[in-house]
Amino acid sequence: MRLNEKELEIVEILEKDARTATGDIAKMVGLSVEETEQSIKKLEENKVIVRYISIVDWTKVEEHPGVRAMIDVKVTPKRGVGFDEIAERIYRFDEVNSVYLMSGTYDLSIIVEGKSMNEVANFVSQKLSTLDSVISTTTHFILKKYKHDGIIFEPDNKDKRIVVSP
Amino acid sequence: MESTKRTYVSKLVHELKPSGIRRFFDLAAGMEGVISLGVGEPDFVTPWHIREAAISSLEQGYTSYTPNAGLLELREEIAYYMKTQFNVSYSPTDEIIVTVGASSAIDIALRTILDPGDEVIVVEPCFVSYVPMVELAGGVAVQVQALKENDFKILPDQIEAVITEKTKAIMICSPNNPTGTMLSKSELEGLAQLANKYDFLVIADEIYAELAYDEEYTSMAAIDGMLERTILVSGFSKGFAMTGWRLGFVCAPVEISSAMLKVHQYGLMCASTMSQYAAIEALKNGRPDVEEMVKSYRRRRNYIVQSFNEIGLECHEPGGAFYAFPSVQSTGLTSQEFAERLLLQEGVAVVPGDVFGESGEGHIRCSYASSLEQLQEAIKRIKRFIDSLE
Repeated sequence: MRLNEKELEIVEILEKDARTATGDIAKMVGLSVEETEQSIKKLEENKVIVRYISIVDWTKVEEHPGVRAMIDVKVTPKRGVGFDEIAERIYRFDEVNSVYLMSGTYDLSIIVEGKSMNEVANFVSQKLSTLDSVISTTTHFILKKYKHDGIIFEPDNKDKRIVVSP
Repeated sequence: MESTKRTYVSKLVHELKPSGIRRFFDLAAGMEGVISLGVGEPDFVTPWHIREAAISSLEQGYTSYTPNAGLLELREEIAYYMKTQFNVSYSPTDEIIVTVGASSAIDIALRTILDPGDEVIVVEPCFVSYVPMVELAGGVAVQVQALKENDFKILPDQIEAVITEKTKAIMICSPNNPTGTMLSKSELEGLAQLANKYDFLVIADEIYAELAYDEEYTSMAAIDGMLERTILVSGFSKGFAMTGWRLGFVCAPVEISSAMLKVHQYGLMCASTMSQYAAIEALKNGRPDVEEMVKSYRRRRNYIVQSFNEIGLECHEPGGAFYAFPSVQSTGLTSQEFAERLLLQEGVAVVPGDVFGESGEGHIRCSYASSLEQLQEAIKRIKRFIDSLE
């Protein structure tokens, strides 16, 4: 889908803040509210805008036990299907959040989420390492999230300017 | 001997009026929860890679003076930047001087060209420093008023009416602080004709040149025959969000530049070294940042101009900078009354238009270099304030 200038603006605004009011978007891009609504609908129908989600800092939620690990996986590719078959076998697990094929010293980079370190460790030892094509795994637990998908978690937003200046 | 107390302050400085902005600063600074639309600078912090370049220069020990005109590498980058962005050619070795903000560029320009009593035409409403700087340089500021009914653009007839034998230069700022008005190519050509006909210079304050939202920007110096008569002032403060670095530059033909360099060298020696290293990085790799910021300002301009018109403050659409300049005449208040009561009643700081010159009366300058949330809240409060007047 080729976007016109206004549609592109709308996508950029919503990508930064999905809750921007349609009326405000309309003013910013210079369209009527109806036109803006139609454009957003079209973008949604064409799956340019796939979904509206929230970025949550779970560490703020007391006793929320989630942990994340990035796991480097070395695998043996298979004739005919290369890495795709093993990648699919891995990404079908609910525990797996992301799977990437990588260049470099290992093949697949996967991100796994679990309630505890134990749960992730069990997933690696019971489910992942036991797959035939998997040669080795290296698990890195994430200790603290500073920035995620371009969002800084604890930004310093203080306005440091003087109140009135020429 | 008579024992009258000697006054040490010169007559000239004694008679200089303090900036009208100061009063508002004092009023607003003492209040809690103020939303300020009174800030004349970007709300962006300088992009990290530019800050990092300055840090790196400090780590490497670049803490000494630079040449008077600035680091040659920076002047070369400025020459390339002015050529590629604004289509004007200046020699990096003798036509560009790196200054301490655009303000010091204007100051050395005026002190270089003015003999006592020389006249400088100042188009108002304008930046609060223009008139005092002309006077401090020994000149006479002749003020002409850009009027609201002409979209705050000065007409050639108005200029021609005040030209005398003593007219040495005219000072313009486009896009303008405080009105946001940008002059088109043909309007600049009209000005150029007068400059040629009556043989005077144009001091073109192009500090907001990067922030042009609708039309492509035309530099005064890019107009046919004007490279020779233009002193082009610009800098990094507004386009690259680098106000606190105090870094500007001035470009002019070699005859004027070499004279300006004398004033600069005796008065300031050179601009801050770490700021100069940051500026090199800004020019080399800062283009995407500028484009992002321009996009963001344009959206907020659209938002605020439409919002002002909706709540009953008539507002023209400014072509550049980050100021809206709505009229408050419909409220029956002067701009000072409006700004002061708005601040005390609703905690929104704006700058009354008359501090930028008589023709700014009846307007307020509102900077939209604030987050959308802040702008929304400010509009809400201003509307409540206007409603309370009825």
